[in-house]
Amino acid sequence: MAVEPDLKIELGKQGVFVTTISEIYNWGRKNSVWPMQFGLACCAIEMIATTMARYDLARFGAEVFRPSPRQADLMIISGTITKKMAPQVVRLYNQMAEPRYVIAMGACAISGGPFKQGYNVLKGIDRYIPVDVHIPGCPPRPEALIHAFMTLQARIDVQPLTGEARPRHLDAEAQGEFPVPEQGAHDLVPPVNRLVWPLPAPKAVETHG
Amino acid sequence: MSPNSILGEFKTYRPPVMDVSEEGDELLEVAMGPHHPSTHGVFRMDVALDGERVVKLKPVFGYLHRNHEKIAEKASYLASMPYTDRLDYFCSLTNNWAYAIAVEKLAGFEVPERAEYIRVITAELTRVQNHASAIGFLLQEMGASGTPLMYAFREREKILDLFEELTGSRMMCNYMRFGGCRVELPAGWLAKVSTIVDGLPRFIDETEALLTSNEILMARSQGVGVLKPDLAVNAGITGPMLRATGVNYDIRKVDHYGIYDRFSFRVPLGDHGDIYDRYMIRVLEMRESVGILKQALRDIPASGPIIDPKSKPRGFRPKPGEAYGRIEAPKGELGFYLISDGTGNPYRYRVRPPSLINLTVLEDMCLGQNVADVVLIFGSVDIVLGEVDR
Amino acid sequence: MKTAAEVLQAIKAALPQAGVELVNNPGPSAQHSLRLAPADALAVAVFLRDDAELALDYCSNATGVDWPDKEISEKVKVTKVVDGPDGTKEEKVVEETVKHLEPGYLEAVYHLFSMKHKHGPVILRMRTVNRADQVQLPSLTPVWRSAEFQEREIFDLFGIVFTGHPDLRRILMWDEFEDHPMRRDYVDPDDYEYEPTPHDEVLKRAQEHEKAQAGVTA
Repeated sequence: MAVEPDLKIELGKQGVFVTTISEIYNWGRKNSVWPMQFGLACCAIEMIATTMARYDLARFGAEVFRPSPRQADLMIISGTITKKMAPQVVRLYNQMAEPRYVIAMGACAISGGPFKQGYNVLKGIDRYIPVDVHIPGCPPRPEALIHAFMTLQARIDVQPLTGEARPRHLDAEAQGEFPVPEQGAHDLVPPVNRLVWPLPAPKAVETHG
Repeated sequence: MSPNSILGEFKTYRPPVMDVSEEGDELLEVAMGPHHPSTHGVFRMDVALDGERVVKLKPVFGYLHRNHEKIAEKASYLASMPYTDRLDYFCSLTNNWAYAIAVEKLAGFEVPERAEYIRVITAELTRVQNHASAIGFLLQEMGASGTPLMYAFREREKILDLFEELTGSRMMCNYMRFGGCRVELPAGWLAKVSTIVDGLPRFIDETEALLTSNEILMARSQGVGVLKPDLAVNAGITGPMLRATGVNYDIRKVDHYGIYDRFSFRVPLGDHGDIYDRYMIRVLEMRESVGILKQALRDIPASGPIIDPKSKPRGFRPKPGEAYGRIEAPKGELGFYLISDGTGNPYRYRVRPPSLINLTVLEDMCLGQNVADVVLIFGSVDIVLGEVDR
Repeated sequence: MKTAAEVLQAIKAALPQAGVELVNNPGPSAQHSLRLAPADALAVAVFLRDDAELALDYCSNATGVDWPDKEISEKVKVTKVVDGPDGTKEEKVVEETVKHLEPGYLEAVYHLFSMKHKHGPVILRMRTVNRADQVQLPSLTPVWRSAEFQEREIFDLFGIVFTGHPDLRRILMWDEFEDHPMRRDYVDPDDYEYEPTPHDEVLKRAQEHEKAQAGVTA
């Protein structure tokens, strides 16, 4: 519940600053999201270009890219996830502390991309971990990554601190550890995490009387 | 008959990766990667350390194996062209050219003159931005926290603007076709290239003034990671890493592909084969590329066909046969081996990746060095995981 | 620049017992290759590397190719004895289709160049006996170190076992993987896709998934 803007302005003229706890809490959270330095493939180069001088990502709060998952808030999955790499990605996600977010950057991270029909390619990282923002593109332009970052910031901004939609770090029963797949004889075991990526509901069969 | 029964003893016997039982002291086994700030992508090195010294090193990759070759068997020849962009994702235009050369050998196409000049211009621009980025990443691993990389990317962005205007995409250009190029140059593009090429010597001078006689760079890279010439030749090393050991083998001069015979350029060679030599070779090659660019911009014919009239993009069915085509990519020799069985899809499509072969001697270069130097030696090989794993 | 025929002559002159033959390449590239018998491969390789004139000291590319079993049907004219119209036996020439199975094999192809004399390529081929159980070939890694990782890759993806390789294990796939994926008869594991590409085997699988799902509700 935000404060009415007119009230804010009136009180501001008197030298009094009024806000709600959730507004200022989320303002602090959204402006200091530190990504993890996690580049897999070609999209990683565009991610690096986004942090360079022309499309500076640091002005949005992503000041440092932390290599250690313990110190990072955001995992930008940039590049193709292969079945050989998937267990490590899930392990890294488990090691991140809440609140943590995932941006799936590029077609390969969303659904396998151009390499979809492959014996070693995982068809999208959202088979194992929950993803907050998907960016299409191959590779997406740096502006697209900035747009995704701003979308994530907008989502953080409107999160209430209590109730159903509260962030996971304020919810004692939220799932923290996601199961890590094993590398089996022909494929990953299990090939997909059904809690994160469910099958579609069966279509109702129309019966003709 | 399942494959498992063939292997028999190979299935149950796995040679120990780190057979360190003979060593007297306790050795520390560290897995550097696949998630590591300095491994240029998803690459893992299993190192066994005696204190800080490296006793054994085994590289492990395959974390980005995207079965490019299997996809190419099901796709047509032209459909594989965008996939070649994603091999060495820094240098998509040279990847395209190598594939186009292999198919042109397979089918017997001839490339018109203006297209050859365009190919040389784009390839040398790619070489400049690749070497600049490689130097930037190498310095970042040395501890220079991103500043040389920022300067390199500043130039790279200018070159990527040119590519975007020409091909429509910054990185994945998909520009070469069998027998020529895809599309004619936009108006005013050559003038823009000329402006940027005139500004490149100033950038290279700036880089050299900051880095070449920098005492930290010299102390950390001279005498480190030495590679001997006969081992380099036997292990199939190519590119700046080979020329740093002193072997004079540049495919532009050996194979005379394209129209490189018309340009006069030198091939820089190193004396010691250490990291400093590889850094200097890359700087000198950037200067030679600027020279080639100036000559190409001066001599390019004002108009002409862009593609061989015999080549049809759709319904391309080369005669049965095979061909191996290669070029001097910025990282080494990039080759494509194609077997055609007369249909529209290749029967066998093989990429000969320079980065994978250059890693053969990683263990030899790192033995006895400190673990901090392993990071530098690995950075000086200049690999790209998209190429190693395909 | 030496042609493949000249290289063949040089090998025959030095090693007369070696089993080497010329394999013609029909396309415009005219890159002919030499097929080596596996038993003599190492000796020929050492000769090619150390000979003063050839000096093929650089092995650029080592790759595997899978040639599966081919069923060949030919029309053959056969003389048969058939019953004539009025009860007598007469001979007639009839065309019959005869099928026979040509056994498949796995192949390893090497491209060699010379850094000293700057010529090449010289292409070597070696074939295994069959695709099932006799898949050994001698490793050329002791001769050219650049074949080390590439032969591991051929072992991983095709299944050719290289005897004499210093460290033969999987390189691109994980160690517990059990198939050889680049073979022509490899089948991907089944997978449900929300948006399958609408052609070939993917479409067939998606249709089967839909049938299975509809079967659940019915």
